[in-house]
Amino acid sequence: MIVKRIIPCLDVKEGKVVKGTNFVSLRELGDPVQMASLYSQHGADEIIFLDISATNEGRQTMIDIVRETANQVFVPFTVGGGVRTVEDMTTLLKAGADKVGMNSAAVANPDLITEGANRFGSQCIVVAIDAKWFEDGWHVMTHGGKVDSGLDALEWAKTVEEKGAGEILLTSVDTDGVKDGFDIRLTKAVVDAVRIPVIASGGCGSPEHFPEVFQKTDVSAALAASIFHENTFTIGEVKDTCVREGVSIRESGF
Amino acid sequence: MIAIVDYGMGNVASVTMAFKRLGYEVILTDDQNKLRAASHIVLPGVGSFQAAMDEIEQRGLLDFLKEMAQEKPFLGICLGMQLLFSEGYEGGKTKGLDLIPGTVERIETDYLLPHIGWNGLEIKPGNDAFQPYEGKHVYFVHSFQAKTDKDFLVATSEYGTEVPAIVKKDHVYGIQFHPEKSGEVGVNLLKTFLQEVAYVSHSSN
Repeated sequence: MIVKRIIPCLDVKEGKVVKGTNFVSLRELGDPVQMASLYSQHGADEIIFLDISATNEGRQTMIDIVRETANQVFVPFTVGGGVRTVEDMTTLLKAGADKVGMNSAAVANPDLITEGANRFGSQCIVVAIDAKWFEDGWHVMTHGGKVDSGLDALEWAKTVEEKGAGEILLTSVDTDGVKDGFDIRLTKAVVDAVRIPVIASGGCGSPEHFPEVFQKTDVSAALAASIFHENTFTIGEVKDTCVREGVSIRESGF
Repeated sequence: MIAIVDYGMGNVASVTMAFKRLGYEVILTDDQNKLRAASHIVLPGVGSFQAAMDEIEQRGLLDFLKEMAQEKPFLGICLGMQLLFSEGYEGGKTKGLDLIPGTVERIETDYLLPHIGWNGLEIKPGNDAFQPYEGKHVYFVHSFQAKTDKDFLVATSEYGTEVPAIVKKDHVYGIQFHPEKSGEVGVNLLKTFLQEVAYVSHSSN
C-alpha cells in the first residue's frame, strides 16, 4: 500500500532558507542544499523549496540550488515560487527538479496549468492553494497570502484538477504559523472535492499533528517548515509518532 | 563504464549521480560507439511512450538498442522500463523495443492516478538477490503499467491492482519506480542490479 508522506518545506530567499510566521517577519536559517540533504538523510519523503526571492539574482541562485540538490539528494523535490511561464518550468525541471509548483500565476492564467501538464505530464505540476476562511467560505489568497482573489477555494481546487494539475499543496492562511495543528476542516473539504493527491500545510506545531491530519482526512501528505528548521522535533520523531498512532509511513534508511 | 542513453526524455542528473555515488564511471550519450563500449546500458525516461519511441527512432537507435540488449546488461527505468515491452497504449498504440513480451496499459484501479508516492515492494519467489527489499518503500510516479507474464516479474506493488515494480528477462531488467529518488533503498537496488547482472553474464559465459 502507498504510504503517507512527511514533507519539510524550505522557504528560500536570495539563496538562503528563511521562515516567517503568518507569511511575515523573515529570518535567515541556513543553506538550502545542506538542509535538504540533511532532511533526506533523516527520512523526509520529499522536499519542497519555495523561492520567495525578490530579485532576478535570487531566482538565478535558486536554479543553482536546484542543480546542486539534484546531485546530492535522492528523494523527489518540488520547486515553487515565481513560476510564471512554461519556460520557467522548463528551466527548473531541466536543472533537476521533479515537480514545479505554481500559485498566483495559475490564478491569473489557469491555462498555464494545462500548458505545463501537456508539456511535462500532470505528475510534474503542483498547484499551491493558499486558502482563508471568510463568512461565505474559503477564498483563494494570492501574493503570499495577502491578496484575496475572490475565488472560492473548493471550486478552484476542482478547476485546477480539470486543468491538469497532478497535486494540490493546500496551505491554510488561518492556521499557518499558529502551531495549533493542521486546518482539518479545510483539508477535509478540499480532499473530498478532488481526485488528485493533496498535501496539507500550515499549523503544524507538534509530532501528533501529523497523525491527526492523516486520521481525520484522506490527505496524501503533510508538510511543515519551522518546527523542523528550529529542531523543535525531527522527522524521525514524526514518523515514530505516526507508527505509534497506526499511520502507514515509509521506514527510513536501508 | 555505465552508459545512460541520452534521447531527450526527462532529466537524468539524479540517475547519473546515483551510479557515481556507487563508485562507477558514468557517461550520458546517444553515440553508438560509446554505448557499444559500455559495460552496462541504462535507458531512463519520463514522458509519453509514443514520444519516447519517436525520439529513439529519430536518433537511429531502435535496432541498435535491441542489439545491445542481447549483448550486455540492460536496465530500463520508469518510462525506459515500459519501452522494453512489445507495445504501449499511451498516446496511441505504439511498438516498443519488444525485449520482454507484454503491453503497457493505463493502470486499472479505484485509487488516485497518477500513482504517486512511496509504495512497498513484494518480491516474487526465486529472486534471492532482491529478497532483502521485501516490504521496502520506493518512489513511484506513473499512470501506465506493464501487463506481462508472471515469469518476468521480480517485484510488484499493491495499488488496488498488482503493479509490476521490477521486471526481468535474461539480462534485461526494468524498474518502474525511480530508484534514484528512493533514498538509500533505491541506491542499493541499483547496486544489486549491477551485481546480479554481472553474476548472470559470468554464469552464461
